[in-house]
Amino acid sequence: MVSPSSRWVDRLTLAILLAWVFCALAGPWFAGQPNEINLSRVLMPPHGGNSLGYDDLGRSLGDRLLVGARVSFWIATGVVTLSATLGTLVGTFAAWRGGWWDHLLVRLMDLFLAFPGILLAIALAGLLGPGIGNGVVALAAVGWVGYARLARAQVLSLKYRDHVQAAKVLGVGEGRIVIRHLLPLIMAPLIVEATFGIAAVVTAEAGLSFLGLGAQPPTASWGTLIRDGTRYLLVAPHLVLVPGLALAAVVLAINLLGDRLRDWLDVRGLTIDG
Amino acid sequence: MNFFLLSRVASALFIMLGVSCLVFFLIHLVPGDPVEVMLGESAQLGDRVALRSVLGLDQALPVQLAHYLLGLASGDLGQSLHSHRPVWELLRERIPATAELAGAALAIALLVAIPLGVIAARRRGSYWDRGSMALALLGLSLPNFWLGPLLILTFSVGLGWLPVSGRETAASLVLPAITLGTGMAAILARMVRAALLEVLGEDYIRTARAKGLSPTRVVWRHGLPNAALPIITLIGLQLGALLGGAVITETVFSWPGLGSLMVEAINRRDYPVVQGAVLLISLSYVVVNTCTDLLYARLDPRLCLGAKGG
Repeated sequence: MVSPSSRWVDRLTLAILLAWVFCALAGPWFAGQPNEINLSRVLMPPHGGNSLGYDDLGRSLGDRLLVGARVSFWIATGVVTLSATLGTLVGTFAAWRGGWWDHLLVRLMDLFLAFPGILLAIALAGLLGPGIGNGVVALAAVGWVGYARLARAQVLSLKYRDHVQAAKVLGVGEGRIVIRHLLPLIMAPLIVEATFGIAAVVTAEAGLSFLGLGAQPPTASWGTLIRDGTRYLLVAPHLVLVPGLALAAVVLAINLLGDRLRDWLDVRGLTIDG
Repeated sequence: MNFFLLSRVASALFIMLGVSCLVFFLIHLVPGDPVEVMLGESAQLGDRVALRSVLGLDQALPVQLAHYLLGLASGDLGQSLHSHRPVWELLRERIPATAELAGAALAIALLVAIPLGVIAARRRGSYWDRGSMALALLGLSLPNFWLGPLLILTFSVGLGWLPVSGRETAASLVLPAITLGTGMAAILARMVRAALLEVLGEDYIRTARAKGLSPTRVVWRHGLPNAALPIITLIGLQLGALLGGAVITETVFSWPGLGSLMVEAINRRDYPVVQGAVLLISLSYVVVNTCTDLLYARLDPRLCLGAKGG
């Protein structure tokens, strides 16, 4: 039975996620002028009900937060789509083919896992040059391995099942067996992994931007907002608090959704840390 | 045991070779001409030729790779383009700071995670359990580049208890270690709870209880040691996240470690130093994980037999 407190948490989670997606999709229509400089409002703190304060150039923090929501949403969606597709293809191919293909691809996965994830992403983004596009490439280059390992393990456990063997005996093509009889069965754990993956990418993107390797000025990202805000931590703490709160709330909500999905889809053994 | 040990060490050496090769190719990912990126478009032709020769980029790729690997074998990681000092020397100066930070973060993570996980498992379904796990989920969701400034604001600016940044006194270590250790503490707490719950359902726990041992003794003496294996593996794996997270935490607190050296090198386009830092951190991660595996085998001898048999 669902307790009232957990129902309350679920509603809050849903509200945060819907707000994030809505800001990302509809933000440009009501974001005002996120890059408009107004020196009469420099570092003004939040006041009244309709302002989240202003930054060092007098730009509206609320408007820039909306742009940041858009950046984080699209990067997270892009990176997770890219890495989940690539990872699933590689993992499924390795497990289905077996033999030296499997050996080779497992070694490749081990190799990528030998790097602390965010470290490789930072190095790649640094070498490729700062920017959103390179950030996406760097994060996807690191992220595919988790999906590949998961897809491989799932396919290995399914490929000798009766229904797959029956399809083989009936002369169904390999591609069709994989697409029709294997992929639907491995989707549940992959969806849960992808949900946690979105939270990880939102944090990682903000981390790259914090280091100056993600979104470039004047584009606002939650990471760049926090980085720029730390310079005024003593005089205008709202510049760090507001974007950080938005980021933490979204990441927390996605993690909660992942936990719920894992229980609901009855996927065992998957955790936020992979 | 020997077979298992040899196979793990051989596998680690193979991975280390692979990591070195991948790091070597990193510099070739720089879009366009790396020399032009490093020196700028207005650089003299002579300087470009000289730098190309220093980096070995004027040779064929296999020759460059062979030189790089041979250099690594003799401890030569090249020279910094900024300070003109050997990369290894720069790295060596920064190792103690990162080791200190990672060690302190790990200690904090263990000190927080084990009691939190134990409380949650012992009082499963209670408010204690829900509260601990909610705290863990919150810890997981707080990015370290936000938690750091938040701690600075509270404990350095607000209360004036701890230094804002740097590595002058022992107190300087507290905030960076908490910032870096929080995420790991959260993941570990969830793992301790899960592993302990699994173990607490076993027959020998029921026997221990039936013998009249106190619940605390049952958990700490019979439960936790048997739940230790997955926890140790997770610690090994999470050390990667810790070392990766150190890059950001060190930047937040101006902590003079390998991570901040790497970020400085990226900003200066000092690619040999970036390569060296990535290589050193990744190789330490491989070594730690191999040691974890070996420790795991020592704690659970069945693993060696499994490796021998299959």
